[in-house]
Amino acid sequence: MRKFSVVEGVVIPLNRANVDTDFIIPKQFLKSIKRTGFGPNLFDEHRYLDKGEPDADNSKRPLNPDFVLNQPRYRNGTILLARENFGCGSSREHAPWALDDYGIRVIIAPSFADIFFNNCFKNGLLPIVLEKEIVSKLFQEVEANEGYSLSVDLTSQTITTPSAEVIHFEVDEYKRQCLLDGLDEIGVTLQDADTIRDFEQQWRERAPWYFATPGQAGN
Amino acid sequence: MAGKTLYDKIWDAHLVRQREDGTALIYIDRQLIHEVTSPQAFEGLRLAGRKPWRAEANLATPDHNIPTTREERSRGLDGIKDPISRIQVKTLDENCQEFGILELGMNDLRQGIVHVVGPEQGATLPGMTIVCGDSHTSTHGALGALAHGIGTSEVEHVLATQCLLQKKMKNMLVKVNGKLGPGVTAKDIVLAIIGRIGTAGGTGYTIEFAGEAIRSLSVEGRMTVCNMAIEAGARAGLVAVDDTTLDYLKGRPFAPAGELWERAAAAWKELVSDADAHFDHVVELEADTIEPQVTWGTSPEMVAPVSGSIPDPAVETDVSRRGNMEQALKYMGLQPSTAIRDIQLDYIFIGSCTNSRIEDLREAAQVVKGKKVAANIELAMVVPGSGLVKQQAEAEGLDRIFIEAGLEWREPGCSMCLAMNADQLPAGKHCASTSNRNFEGRQGFGGRTHLVSPAMAAAAAVAGHFVDVRQLNNA
Ligand code: SF4
Repeated sequence: MRKFSVVEGVVIPLNRANVDTDFIIPKQFLKSIKRTGFGPNLFDEHRYLDKGEPDADNSKRPLNPDFVLNQPRYRNGTILLARENFGCGSSREHAPWALDDYGIRVIIAPSFADIFFNNCFKNGLLPIVLEKEIVSKLFQEVEANEGYSLSVDLTSQTITTPSAEVIHFEVDEYKRQCLLDGLDEIGVTLQDADTIRDFEQQWRERAPWYFATPGQAGN
Repeated sequence: MAGKTLYDKIWDAHLVRQREDGTALIYIDRQLIHEVTSPQAFEGLRLAGRKPWRAEANLATPDHNIPTTREERSRGLDGIKDPISRIQVKTLDENCQEFGILELGMNDLRQGIVHVVGPEQGATLPGMTIVCGDSHTSTHGALGALAHGIGTSEVEHVLATQCLLQKKMKNMLVKVNGKLGPGVTAKDIVLAIIGRIGTAGGTGYTIEFAGEAIRSLSVEGRMTVCNMAIEAGARAGLVAVDDTTLDYLKGRPFAPAGELWERAAAAWKELVSDADAHFDHVVELEADTIEPQVTWGTSPEMVAPVSGSIPDPAVETDVSRRGNMEQALKYMGLQPSTAIRDIQLDYIFIGSCTNSRIEDLREAAQVVKGKKVAANIELAMVVPGSGLVKQQAEAEGLDRIFIEAGLEWREPGCSMCLAMNADQLPAGKHCASTSNRNFEGRQGFGGRTHLVSPAMAAAAAVAGHFVDVRQLNNA
């Protein structure tokens, strides 16, 4: 996984609560068996005026000029600012894959849906929870100042605004380490393979009914 | 010291290792797999040269991309017209082959929506930890299992390690007291709960559903409730084990039998929250105040009783909520203060992992029996949740009732719940749907979804607009 340290970038304000995973990446793009290539279809139903299809040439599609990603001042943005309950809905990891593929590295919101929040860390994306009032203030500043950018430092857990204001944020220590080191989580867990095996053995003795081979139990 | 909740008990039993920072390694008993969220996980295993830790803990079935007409299904993989969908289903077959995972393939009689198949096969057992790369995995909590959706990286993690890294959630109790009125169902309970606590109300919690109204539900009804725990923001929903649970499971193919069953059943009876258990948050509802529910907006919390009307954003004081309501009504093409009964419909969809089990189909059939689908309904379809549900329904003659009333009787799959296959709701059309999400574009680009119970969807099919199913029955 890509290592995360400092991200400095233009902020894209997505002024909407309950942005769901269908909003982030519509279902027709979930048919891919790959992890990459979802960026052009990020927020597809709002970014384009027509219906997107997996094999369409996105460069020829009519853009929705009102949608924030299409406004020139936010082009190349890498930090997404959003409202409550961002990423609700399905467990599809295609949502963080699409954000990542587009170039987003950090998402700031007052709250996130649990599964989406977890999925971000697995893909080198940093979701940051800030107080509702601070998020609202950031929305005002972003909208008032073209080129507004933030600097996010995961090591010191701080966000620095253009006016040098420093905002501290919380992040789970294990997740922080994984992001900073770009760790392969499966590899880390497998370091505990013996512990897992011991547990499994005891569990098998205590609750053998969970270990019957599917299709054979009771037959 | 306070007692333990059901969630605490299952968590403690599966704790492999507690890390100092609060994350824990939790052992996973069962993983369910479908074609959409697994290809990249298997690919990850291949790239790292890893094997499944315990292949037999996994059970796979394709559901999201599967066509639902008999003609297409009879041609197997070739019947999937969309080449990208076909590759995804084929990839699942190949991956299961390669990694030695049992798959109930697209034309196996036992195939179906993964959350219908698991319990039906007895692959979902009380006290298990269950995961699936699908948020509606919460469904399985109806049997007293700790079950939740995970992302694809976690699917790979569980395949490779049989464990998941987790932080423990908080405990919420949702108690539904008293008895439901006639014509009011599990779906109405859960929509009413979401209407009360909101789509983020359960974020960070595992919700245990309790109270007389929940206890009186069948396992199928409990599944409907737990299915939508995720729509309230909770990754997992739970219902304590009782005789209803055990009666449901006994004799199912993957459930233990004989002496092992006796031992298991005795252990499972302990799977209830202790009387003095501590819940971080408690919500209570009175069942007799719950009416049949209908969603009018683009989030499951935008819901109203059938006797009610669409709220007026102008009187909403919270600015951001007002904005959401306005956006939703614009998308839905609806006016504030319209009576729910005056919402005209074009499509009817009875299916999905929320409501496609045999009892759901019985409920719907009972309403349409001897009646006809209204002339303004362009398509009304019934999609059973699995091949076995379909077989049972046909044995009971439900298919005839539907067909005679003018509804289409389809092959099992997710279908128009999320429209990844060919079953799509056209733009601008209103659909009464028994599924679980009414997000923008969920059932098809520009489609307008109203979530309801099977009985309410059936009543709407006959009337052409929403009606109170309780009055239709008397008419
Ligand atoms: S029926 Fe709908 S909600 Fe259920 S698993 Fe299929 S797509 Fe998801």
